[in-house]
Amino acid sequence: MVSTFNLSYAYENGQELVFPDIGLTPGEHLLVMGPSGVGKTTLLYLMAGLLPPLNGTVSIAGTELNSLTRHEMDKFRGEHIGLIFQQYHFIRSLNVAENLRLRQSFPKKSNDDKRSQELMERLGLTEHLNKRVTALSQGQEQRLSIALGLIHKPKIIFADEPTSNLDDVNCIKVIDLLKEEAKISMSSLLIITHDQRVLSHFQNQVVL
Amino acid sequence: MKLGYLAYKNMVSKPLNLLMSLMLLFLSVSLVTFVLELSQQLGGQLSKNIAPFDMVVGAKGSPLQLVLSSVLHIDAPTGNIKLKEVAVLQKHPFVKNAIPVSYGDNYKGFRILGTELGYLDIYNAQLSEGDLYDKPFEVVAGNSVAQRLGLKIGDNFISSHGLAASGIEAHDEHPFILKGILGSTGTVVDQLLITNLESIWKAHDHGEDDHHEEEGESPKEHEEKEITALLVKFKSPLGMVQLPRFINENTSMQAALPSFEVQRLMGLLGSGVQTINGIALAILLVSGLSIFISLLKTIRERRQELALLRIYGLRTRQLLKLALLEGIFLAGIGFVLGWILGRLGIWGVSQYTQASFGYALQVNGPDLFELLLLGLILTLAVIATLLASRSIFKLNVAKTLSDA
Repeated sequence: MVSTFNLSYAYENGQELVFPDIGLTPGEHLLVMGPSGVGKTTLLYLMAGLLPPLNGTVSIAGTELNSLTRHEMDKFRGEHIGLIFQQYHFIRSLNVAENLRLRQSFPKKSNDDKRSQELMERLGLTEHLNKRVTALSQGQEQRLSIALGLIHKPKIIFADEPTSNLDDVNCIKVIDLLKEEAKISMSSLLIITHDQRVLSHFQNQVVL
Repeated sequence: MKLGYLAYKNMVSKPLNLLMSLMLLFLSVSLVTFVLELSQQLGGQLSKNIAPFDMVVGAKGSPLQLVLSSVLHIDAPTGNIKLKEVAVLQKHPFVKNAIPVSYGDNYKGFRILGTELGYLDIYNAQLSEGDLYDKPFEVVAGNSVAQRLGLKIGDNFISSHGLAASGIEAHDEHPFILKGILGSTGTVVDQLLITNLESIWKAHDHGEDDHHEEEGESPKEHEEKEITALLVKFKSPLGMVQLPRFINENTSMQAALPSFEVQRLMGLLGSGVQTINGIALAILLVSGLSIFISLLKTIRERRQELALLRIYGLRTRQLLKLALLEGIFLAGIGFVLGWILGRLGIWGVSQYTQASFGYALQVNGPDLFELLLLGLILTLAVIATLLASRSIFKLNVAKTLSDA
């Protein structure tokens, strides 16, 4: 269960944003739409505990993020939140398999090899495990990025513009993949996008 | 996955950066360890070898040269003295031991020293095989000589004139025969072929061989005979006060004090050692700076990766640990490689000194000072890393990741 209540944020320049309340049950999907600059990514960072809200609360699986110390927040985020970024972030000195293993190693060691194998197979990354991350094609980077957001079975997956760099065919593929993986790991899925192509694939929508 | 592994991967992922930050450290460590080890071993070798003797009496000339040639066997002798002239010293009440030495020949570069058996006792040299020499042209070999030349008991060999190895075999009418091999003593004895005084005299008395055919003659019966030097150990400290001055003022010989000469020599070397250490220390500080700059650069370049690790649930403290591990790895690798190079240098010098002077240096494990040096370097690396990683504490994860 993921919910926000009365959430607002103040930028450094004094501009304030107020967000509508959001509620998600386990396995539920939500699409957050809106044009660039309305604060979609800010909402995501607030919900992931990466930015402090001006007012209001975020609670994930019964834990209110405001009540956590900085260290507890890092730990909580590592364990329960999966983030998929528009830009791909990897540890460049590690290869694909090592990046995935690293994701599973902190803050709690959970090397579920069977799960990662299945995930790799579904994402078509099995034959690229020993590649350097800098040697991946864009599609492979995208899939690795998704794998890194999912592999630790988070309570909630936040995906920030996951389809913005993709053509129509790959866009649909990624949407299906995200939905499917979220279902398998019983994670809530919150997708933030301004991509109209995604619209028809989600019933549950919020427009900012 | 352990943080250490990630730190290691980060470090080796940019080999050129790694090389840059290691080079100075590597250089300074090798310089310091090499110079210190060399001077210590040299000092140790010298003191050990001069310890048995308080005074050397030889021909006039440089006292240092006399000590180097007669006690340490690395220089040419100053000349010869008459055995008759030192006879009185051998019986002097202040004198505990007075051992005549005489030489002038070598076999394949190893000196053949004519002396009394007492010389072996003074250096605690024990036979490991065979017997001691008894008759002229019987020889015992120092341990290193026997090993290096592969000598066996009963071997015959012909000496060459002079102290350096050369192809000229001057004394082929008098082959030496190897009677015994000494155990290792860690002193000059290991580098010598030792025989009695008569052998040396006979080898050089080409014209009058027949006069000395009798065997087992004692040196005292040949008062006209010459020796190269007399090595003296005093019984009483009074000897040290009176005898050297007496000899220098009243005879045509000179008396040199090995401990004094070696101290003088080490004093000269010492200032050189200090200069080099000063330079090495300066390089060490610069290497600390270079590690600092390199880490600062890496941490800036990896800001996004650090932010990503925070997303993965790593605490700020763990990110700091990651940076510290990398700094410590750098310092550790730099030290180990530098230390190895320093020891390779000692080994190389040892090959040279062994070939030219018959002195071998040992390649030792790390000593206390070197461990302290490692401690100093690690401290320096930790300080450099902490200074370079201040930005980790201020890392704004959300902003860093959006700025991509």
